[in-house]
Amino acid sequence: MDAILVQFLNGLDKGGAYALIALGLTLVFGTLGVVNFAHGALFMLGSFCAVAFRKLLLLERIELSETELSPWGTALEIRTPYVNEIFGAYGDVLIDWSVPISILVAIPIMLLIGIAMERGLIKHFYKRPHAEQILVTFGLAIVLGEIIKTIFGANPIPQPMPEVLRGTADIGVLFGMAENAVTYPWWRMIYFLFSLSLIGAVFAFLRFTTFGMVVRAGMADREMVGLLGVDIDRRFTIVFGIAAVVAGLAGVMYTPILPPVNTLGMDFLVLSFVVVVVGGMGSLPGAVAAGFLLGILQSFASLPEVKAIIPGIDQVIIYLVAVVILLVRPRGLLGKSGVMEN
Amino acid sequence: MLTLPKKELITFLIFAVVVLSMPVWLIPFGASYPGLLQTFAIFGLFAVGFNILFGLTGYLSFGHAAFLGVGSYTAVWSFKLFTMNPIPAIIFAIIISGVFALLIGFISLRRSGIYFSILTLAFAQMSYNLAYSVLTPVTNGETGLALTMQDPRIIDLAFSERGEALPQVALFGLNMAGYGGFYFAAIILILGYFVAQKIAISPFGMMLKGIKSNQNRMGYTGLNTKPYTLAAFVISGMYAGLAGGLLAVTDPLAGAERMQWTASGEIVLMVVLGGIGTIFGPVLGAWIIKYFANIFSAINENILHNMFSFLPASVQDFLVPLLALFVGEGWELTMGLMFVLVVVFLPGGLMEGYRRIAVRISAMSSKETKSVDKPAQTDKQAGGE
Repeated sequence: MDAILVQFLNGLDKGGAYALIALGLTLVFGTLGVVNFAHGALFMLGSFCAVAFRKLLLLERIELSETELSPWGTALEIRTPYVNEIFGAYGDVLIDWSVPISILVAIPIMLLIGIAMERGLIKHFYKRPHAEQILVTFGLAIVLGEIIKTIFGANPIPQPMPEVLRGTADIGVLFGMAENAVTYPWWRMIYFLFSLSLIGAVFAFLRFTTFGMVVRAGMADREMVGLLGVDIDRRFTIVFGIAAVVAGLAGVMYTPILPPVNTLGMDFLVLSFVVVVVGGMGSLPGAVAAGFLLGILQSFASLPEVKAIIPGIDQVIIYLVAVVILLVRPRGLLGKSGVMEN
Repeated sequence: MLTLPKKELITFLIFAVVVLSMPVWLIPFGASYPGLLQTFAIFGLFAVGFNILFGLTGYLSFGHAAFLGVGSYTAVWSFKLFTMNPIPAIIFAIIISGVFALLIGFISLRRSGIYFSILTLAFAQMSYNLAYSVLTPVTNGETGLALTMQDPRIIDLAFSERGEALPQVALFGLNMAGYGGFYFAAIILILGYFVAQKIAISPFGMMLKGIKSNQNRMGYTGLNTKPYTLAAFVISGMYAGLAGGLLAVTDPLAGAERMQWTASGEIVLMVVLGGIGTIFGPVLGAWIIKYFANIFSAINENILHNMFSFLPASVQDFLVPLLALFVGEGWELTMGLMFVLVVVFLPGGLMEGYRRIAVRISAMSSKETKSVDKPAQTDKQAGGE
């Protein structure tokens, strides 16, 4: 029982990341009709927003002390981060909470990147075949990954989480189990809640605002909305920006779980495409449901008991599910009939 | 059977001469050393095969590296179990990867368009992950499969004593590590090119092109397209397996990283860069990318400073760090940029660029014709919905 609960919980945070990326992918596909292979790169760029922000916070002024000497006889260097000079003691708090705070930085940056990407490159590919869309975004993903590599290097850069959140939560007690039977790191729980609320926000935005209404109308019949005098292209550009922000924030918050590296985008991209396909191309709830489902499935498949029955299942489970789904129910779990079914 | 129409025959002969004389004409480019020449021949072959699927039928596979990996593993096992002769090794590589392609193709081809791409990607990732984990007895996991002193090599050892050192791959005494390996691979490339040319002009090839331009319509005429696409998939899988086998022939080592999806992406890059649907284009693309990978990645700032030493120091100080971003470690950036530019401006690849220039020139030479139609863009219809 407790083993099952542990695996279930372990799947949640990963599932959250899958769901967020898949949500953005679906949004872009549903509005612009573009298969975006660079979406994983946006996740990666988001995580590097956190890295860059922390680097910025840690910039320090180095002074040579006139009186004290370091152990090897040279003048002692006094390092004071600029944030401490500006904010005093709050500077340390800022540094400690750098990852959550960098969300505020990441939102405008990702929005700009998304809009620039759509206006600069992707808009030329609406009418071109899917194969060419895949190719050009794939090339773009390579370029973005390489740019990050030249700036930040090719090694993973671990990002610490805020100190108060470092412990683990004793979940098992809530279910009447023994103490410390089922523990779950606070940060992962926060990531799960964060992903839920972000997903909720996107859905609410599409559901309850006029902008969202227009976008949904445009997803149903783009031409008609255009004929009604709405500049649908501009709305869709903003939707692309929102998708970029969602992927970016998913990346920012994931940094304490997985140290960001320039190949991160590619690793997540393949998985989130599988998630989109399983959920149903063009179906937003499907993408979210499939994201969590596959995250949890993957973590169950890595149980030793399961691995003993089918060796290697943890490595292939996601792909296997995708293959079965594509063959049996090509529109995916919650896909509408007729959307990209053949 | 073994003839080609005159025009194709001429291109074939020119191609054969170009390939065989590579060690000479690549000298000024600094690329005339066996290792790189072998890579040129092998990846040229891989690209020719990939084009039979992607170029002719329009099905974009993102998992072809899996067949390359299977071919490599098979060839190394052939060296380990039977003999160091490359011929049985590549025959096994073709057969086993063909069987693999048949299985994967049979399932994947039930879908088309982007679903097909994702299915092949999923299968390739599965093979890659399994090669790393459960299949370790076959693939030797992360270390990679290599020859050892204890290998049975039943055929070789029936005729000779076990030597002191690790044996080398040799075709009846011709060592496959250096130029021998290049010529071996080059001859196979030329044969593979010939076969691809034959396929392209055969009724079978016509069917494939028909499927690319409109699969539904082909179906309406009463044709079952599945066997044709499957045949194309298996043939291109066999080409990939053959290329993988040749990789093992020139260097008897096989690792799972050959199967990773970035490797599949690379082959797509090569074909698109050169020109989808043409026969020489993919080879050209493979050569250019492999050339960049080897030559550009070896350039560093010092070399750049030497190259630009004729410029004034101030210009040099500006230019060298800028260019250094694109070479050495950053060569993949160059490749990615090049790729994006090609897809945006020249979807038909370098071959289309060549054709456009040729049209422009012929237009200039015959001044009577004022407007010249653009070359028909038959390659546009890649990937059905």
